[in-house]
Amino acid sequence: MTRPTEALHTQEMLINMGPQHPSTHGVLRVLLRTDGEVVVNARPDIGYLHRGLEKIGERVTYAQFMPFTDRLDYLAGMNCNCAWAWAVEKLAGIEVPERAEYIRVIVSELNRISSHLIAFGSFTADMGAFTPFLYSIREREVVNDLFEMVCGNRLTYNYARVGGVSADLPQGFLEKTKEFLDYFEPKIDEYNNLISYNKIFVHRLANVAVISAKDAVGYGLTGPNLRGSGVKFDLRKDEPYSVYPKLEFDVCVGTGERGALGDCFDRYMVRINEMRQSIRILRQAVAQIPEGPVMAKVPRLFKPAAGEVYFRSECPRGETGFYIISDGTTNPSRLKIRTGSFVTMNIFETVTKGLMIADIVAVIGSFDIILPEIDR
Amino acid sequence: MEALALKLMSAVPALAGVPLWAMTLLVMVVVAVILLVFALTFGGLGSYVLRKVAGDIQVRIGPNRVGPYGLLQFLADGVKLIMKEDIIPAKADRFLFALAPYLVFVGSFAAFVVVPFGVGLIASDLNIGVYYVMAVTSLVVIGVLMAGWASNNKWALLGGMRAVAQIVSYEIPVGMALLPAVLIAGSLSLQDIVRSQGGLLGIFGWNLFHNPFTFFSFFLYFTAAQAETNQTPFDLPEAESELVSGYNVEYSGIRYAFFFLAEFGDMFVVAALASACFLGGWHVPFFRAETLPGAWGNLLSLGAFLVKAFGIVLVMMWVRWTLPRLRVDQLMRMSWKYLVPLTFVNLLGVSLWLLVFRGKGIPQLIASIF
Repeated sequence: MTRPTEALHTQEMLINMGPQHPSTHGVLRVLLRTDGEVVVNARPDIGYLHRGLEKIGERVTYAQFMPFTDRLDYLAGMNCNCAWAWAVEKLAGIEVPERAEYIRVIVSELNRISSHLIAFGSFTADMGAFTPFLYSIREREVVNDLFEMVCGNRLTYNYARVGGVSADLPQGFLEKTKEFLDYFEPKIDEYNNLISYNKIFVHRLANVAVISAKDAVGYGLTGPNLRGSGVKFDLRKDEPYSVYPKLEFDVCVGTGERGALGDCFDRYMVRINEMRQSIRILRQAVAQIPEGPVMAKVPRLFKPAAGEVYFRSECPRGETGFYIISDGTTNPSRLKIRTGSFVTMNIFETVTKGLMIADIVAVIGSFDIILPEIDR
Repeated sequence: MEALALKLMSAVPALAGVPLWAMTLLVMVVVAVILLVFALTFGGLGSYVLRKVAGDIQVRIGPNRVGPYGLLQFLADGVKLIMKEDIIPAKADRFLFALAPYLVFVGSFAAFVVVPFGVGLIASDLNIGVYYVMAVTSLVVIGVLMAGWASNNKWALLGGMRAVAQIVSYEIPVGMALLPAVLIAGSLSLQDIVRSQGGLLGIFGWNLFHNPFTFFSFFLYFTAAQAETNQTPFDLPEAESELVSGYNVEYSGIRYAFFFLAEFGDMFVVAALASACFLGGWHVPFFRAETLPGAWGNLLSLGAFLVKAFGIVLVMMWVRWTLPRLRVDQLMRMSWKYLVPLTFVNLLGVSLWLLVFRGKGIPQLIASIF
């Protein structure tokens, strides 16, 4: 979009987008300086959802922090649960039974699907097409039903434990999961036919907010936002943890198929394609899962040796990392949480310069940010 | 109106003493009330159908609580809207703020005057019908900009600005796309345009199938009219995900209801014009409704017209729940770079066709061979 010439220059307008706005995906406030419809500057203002999770982490034991990780990214509670468990196990050197690791991978990938479904649905709703949103909600309900079977909860799961998971999979869960995968896989084609390759939709996203691979790495983007710029980096492959090395899947990257590499459309398509890969992983995991215990023998109160550990795992919104410093007591001495959405906000002001107001909505949607992860 | 009044006075002896002007006025008021009731009912039932269609498309049920199948939902909504507090923001321009919704509603309602509902069923068969519709619907622009400006809200102002740019830009392709029908009928009156399409050729007597250019013209009109009346995918002035709700964001209660009704009124006017100008209006295919005795002809033609118009309204709803929204610059580009040139070329094509084939369409040409 070209800026109006100087002769047409008009007075700039300062607009408050949020913290209550339908398309900021929560309580994000963006200060827009606009020249008519053209955005001169968009400054994100965060902190409306700050709960001090990191400080809380220092006051509770390692096991007690588990429910708080649900609130880290409430659309991907399982992924955060497992990430915390893996981080503490790495710190304390706990061996986890293989069945538990498989269960963790299954619930994580299911949660990745449901999280990407919300990303897809809310993004299309932001673009003005409300129908796909309800389709995505319909599919997400099935995942929620599966999680209800597993742990009794539909949003905040608190399922993983340090040393395993809280309970074994219930009877019939694996069959139900297979059923869901068979039902869900064709739906992705349905989405693509309905909206992904819709001409208006593509025109709204292609070449908007292009992030080069260099910038993406430089600003520390992770997850689908990084891969959308064509950088093939996935922690499940490049820093393998759990049983991911035993499972075959491809890392989806943006290809610039409808515009420049690293535009909003690429980031969107990465998520769509990742749902297919998650289905692939799930099919293998469901077939391979061994019998056995789901919990290692871990004392209720354990004291990891003094030291520090950083563990990062691939969550739907990028890298979620826990940096834990232990002083040998039952609580962490210091806890730092690195989340994908928070780091992504760094590049927001840079890429939105010169876009239009409607594009700001597209950029927020394509980043798939979630506010509890930004503010923690 | 006067003719109707005279007819009534001669038919009913008791009315013979009433002066003609009073009688005419009375007839006018009655007709206006009938139209208003129609517009309101259409707005109400239209919103019900819209929500049911949305429900069907979006794999959910839609309204089903108030009355049988939720049919009375619109009454409940109407009562709710009337009972709601009428909030006027503290720093708003009170006069303009209060006036705007009525202007918008009048703009869309006034177009109903020349809608040819059936044989002889038209409030006023103006000889400049098409032109009149174009003129009064422009009034909506003023109302929308007024609402956006008077609200003293930046989102509303942006919505108002968008609306003005959009409606003014799309008026040209709308007018140009309607002109082929006017050329064929040789009249701006909507009744004349409808009459020019009937005959025993059935649906092939419609302007839609007159020649390739008119066929194309119908779709150009449909697209441009969708944009002119701010329907999805051109609903930028009220883009809820960008501008929250656009120009009507500060409105509540009955004033909001007027914007809402105007939206449905616009929807119907677009559908009515499309069916009158391209789909044979009130003509029943392969049948001459005007030859039927008494009121039957009027009723049958009314039914045919409403079926066609509602069919188009349904298509508009279908489009609305399927497509995403354009961006403002893409919207302008579409009008000035594509629709305006296309409609001009199209108009030229129709004119040449009429000149070369002496006003005959393809179906008539084929029919004349046999």
